[in-house]
Amino acid sequence: METSSPPCIELERVSKSYGDLTVIHDLSLRIHDGEFLTFLGPSGCGKTTILRLLAGFERPTTGRLRIRGQDVTGEPPNRRAVNTVFQSYALFPHMTVFENAAFGLRMRRKSKEEIRVRVEEALRAVKMLSFAGRRPSQLSGGQQQRAAIARAIVNKPAALLLDEPLSALDAKLRKEVQLELKELRRKLGITFVFVTHDQEEAFSMSDRVAVINHGVIEQIDAPNVIYETPKNLFVARFVGEINVFDGVAVSQNGKVLDARVEGRPCRLNAGERRYAPGQKIKTLLRPEDIRLEKANGETPDGLFGVVADTVYKGMTIDLIIETDGGKKISATEFFNEDAPEAMFEKGERVRVDWVEDWEVVLPDDGA
Amino acid sequence: MTERSPFRNLAVAAVGGWLTVFVILPNLMTLATSFLSRGEVEFAILPITFSSYRELAGPEFLRMFLDSAWLALGAAMACLAIGYPFAYILARLSPKKRKLGLLFVIIPFWTNSLIRTYALITILNANGLLNKVLLGLGLISAPLDILYTETAVFIGLAYTLLPFMILPLYASIEKLDPRLIEAARDLGAGSFQTFFRVSLPLTLPGIVAGTMLVFLPALGMFYVPDVLGGSRSLLVGNFIRNQFLTARNWPLGSAASVLLTAIMALLLAVYYFCNKRVRREAAA
Ligand SMILES: Nc1ncnc2c1ncn2[C@@H]1O[C@H](COP(=O)(O)OP(=O)(O)OP(=O)(O)O)[C@@H](O)[C@H]1O
Ligand SMILES: [Mg+2]
Repeated sequence: METSSPPCIELERVSKSYGDLTVIHDLSLRIHDGEFLTFLGPSGCGKTTILRLLAGFERPTTGRLRIRGQDVTGEPPNRRAVNTVFQSYALFPHMTVFENAAFGLRMRRKSKEEIRVRVEEALRAVKMLSFAGRRPSQLSGGQQQRAAIARAIVNKPAALLLDEPLSALDAKLRKEVQLELKELRRKLGITFVFVTHDQEEAFSMSDRVAVINHGVIEQIDAPNVIYETPKNLFVARFVGEINVFDGVAVSQNGKVLDARVEGRPCRLNAGERRYAPGQKIKTLLRPEDIRLEKANGETPDGLFGVVADTVYKGMTIDLIIETDGGKKISATEFFNEDAPEAMFEKGERVRVDWVEDWEVVLPDDGA
Repeated sequence: MTERSPFRNLAVAAVGGWLTVFVILPNLMTLATSFLSRGEVEFAILPITFSSYRELAGPEFLRMFLDSAWLALGAAMACLAIGYPFAYILARLSPKKRKLGLLFVIIPFWTNSLIRTYALITILNANGLLNKVLLGLGLISAPLDILYTETAVFIGLAYTLLPFMILPLYASIEKLDPRLIEAARDLGAGSFQTFFRVSLPLTLPGIVAGTMLVFLPALGMFYVPDVLGGSRSLLVGNFIRNQFLTARNWPLGSAASVLLTAIMALLLAVYYFCNKRVRREAAA
């Protein structure tokens, strides 16, 4: 991982407290050049605070902060090579789109000609050139958003900080802007630091996702790694729906763990972790990894349940299964148009299984 | 919506009656008087004449008016210089402290302003508080002769009218979105640039409103120059007062009143149309 050039942004043991309340705990993190990193977490976990620390609106209580290798811990926002796209856009209402976009360059005393060229380039990049003469109040939400992005990227910052920039847009526009942002990042090569509490948005856009809870990074990895091998229950539950089965370890041989899951003997893939016999474990399974078959008296072992509800989703169908132990499980099945009789019906008795090796086993930490 | 309840009718009649008796009629009477001639016993008599206005067209009244306008403008600028930082700090306080601060701005309103003006005398006179403090600090070696000068009038006007500056400024600064300031800083603006390019333009309506609210009353205020300026400074307000009470030239006093009212109305109209254009530009 270590490269000769310094990382774009580096946080070293950064903490932030407001009075007695510690919002960010001892956070260390390196954001690479050109990376799209997303902070994902529930409301109030400290995502905005992290961005404000990076931008310089807040000072860390302890720890250091470097941008392109330079210590900026004590520098005010106007002396940091990062720019923010605010959730509320915060466009200057008394300026046109052009003047808004030109603001940063004017502050840096660029020549008129350079300002014109660069602003036009930035406005073209976000398809706002034809709105250059309008005021923010004459723009739709999506257009204001683009103007805000243009105003930030025109300065060619080391990193662009975006705090839930899409939350005010409707679902369709949101998808569009997500794609555009990705494209823009590719074109500009600027590091993007993005904040959202929308798991899907985080996964579809980012190179890496940092899942935050109570001011701590629970896991930072590529989206597929986070989804497939969450490090703990919080991450597993936060990034999409997941079924959690209780169990006890019996014996382990390498990665192969023999255990009892919901009272039934099972052979599990424990990964790198080691479990002592008798240790409580949790077995996690995504709904789409669950396999169901109609129960017929021939296979006595396994987990059995009854289809409690079916939810038609178009491409897929979600099944809610109530196991004999009284646990509710959700399973996603692809809709099979060729064999509709193979589909499950409400009240039907089923055997619950899963795709081998796709389970995630974690120690039961009581959460 | 157009329901005619007796109470409503009564309320409308009361307001209408009040305006007629205390606003419209007196103003019409003033207007009429300004075209009459001066009488020995009856204050104002026929024939109709423009002589009062002709008298005002002379250089003396113009100079007096310019003096007054200059002083009023100075008072307005002093209020702005003191009021803006005050209102800015006030608007950025916690809500609880903000209420307390506003209370301190408003409390002086509850005291008669004439009494407050007299109180200023004890501060400004030769062995008053101001001189004692300045002497004590060693900033001056002999007491300043402020009382009964234009400076005293200037201080008095600014002091009396300061709340009229602070309140509209406070209203517009409070509306200023702090995120816009953060955005400016984020884009590389220092504190000065942020203030002059973002805060100031966005609070301009408050600045203009406050300036009008100080300038216009200062133009016609007569008791402050009377009490603090002695007989030395003659301002429009005192001139009018003198025509009615001392010189007994009601037509001339009326004409000066009409002129002053007309100038103020003109300023208000300019303010109104500018405001409307700014708002249309911002909204359209
Ligand atoms: N100025 C402040 N003073 C005191 N506490 C604050 C301040 N700013 C934020 N906090 C607290 O810090 C915590 C984290 O806030 P932050 O705004 O970073 O959350 P967030 O993850 O962005 O949440 P959301 O998704 O709702 O925007 C919250 O508990 C919040 O109450
Ligand atoms: Mg937030």
